[in-house]
Amino acid sequence: MKKAFPIFALLTAVLLSYALYLALVWAPTEQTMGDVQRIFYYHVPSAWTAFLLFLINFVASVWYLVWRSVKADIIALVSAEVGVVFCTVVLVTGPIWARPVWGIWWTWDMRLTLTLVLWLIYVAYLVLRRFSSGTQTPLMAAVLAVFGALDVPLVYFSIWYFRTQHPSPVIGKGGSLDPRMWHVLLINWLAFLCFAFLVSWSRYRLEKTKREVEEMLALEALLEPKGLR
Amino acid sequence: MTYLYAAYAATWLIHIAYLGSVLARYQRLQREMQELKKR
Repeated sequence: MKKAFPIFALLTAVLLSYALYLALVWAPTEQTMGDVQRIFYYHVPSAWTAFLLFLINFVASVWYLVWRSVKADIIALVSAEVGVVFCTVVLVTGPIWARPVWGIWWTWDMRLTLTLVLWLIYVAYLVLRRFSSGTQTPLMAAVLAVFGALDVPLVYFSIWYFRTQHPSPVIGKGGSLDPRMWHVLLINWLAFLCFAFLVSWSRYRLEKTKREVEEMLALEALLEPKGLR
Repeated sequence: MTYLYAAYAATWLIHIAYLGSVLARYQRLQREMQELKKR
């Protein structure tokens, strides 16, 4: 993986540039909203990537609860952290789109409020992991993650089951997206997925090394008072 | 177009800020590892 990393990073950069070109230039202009609709090509793939990362966090947390695997604990932490970054993008780009289209930055409708709650749950998860140092921290974090994941399907399906101001789904039942827009949306999602994988992989390596250093420091502290070094 | 560019710029600012924080943590860890090796 170490040798493949720079090549994959370069390919991801090329793909992100191509996706940006498609979104800003190649994609057709939407008739009602005009160019501001192009925010959709960053907003929606970021949301899907965040959902996927929170799903990985859920699976890794269950894996940790069952097997007490350190690897699962690191994957859970990393996926939550990168997921929060993508969810932040969703919460920032959404209001920037809403202002010219709806005339307001924010409204407390079901989809928007549940997305904010989702972000807050995972920020709380990261705060717990950052400031709690007990041996039970990974266990408590895993339990919080399992409950937090319940909000993901609520966010996703809220536009089907509640009356919201958020636009109707463009995929699945009721979706009617132009095939060229679909193409741009999927290329952008692929680019964001590759980028998320690269960032997550770097963060995973960092966390693994950090824990190894902490173990060495703890071992050193144990040996020092007895003069065993 | 202002809103469009603002959204795209904000997206990359958020990602760059996060990458910067990961890089800062990595550099701190490198320093700790070098200190450990010296002992």
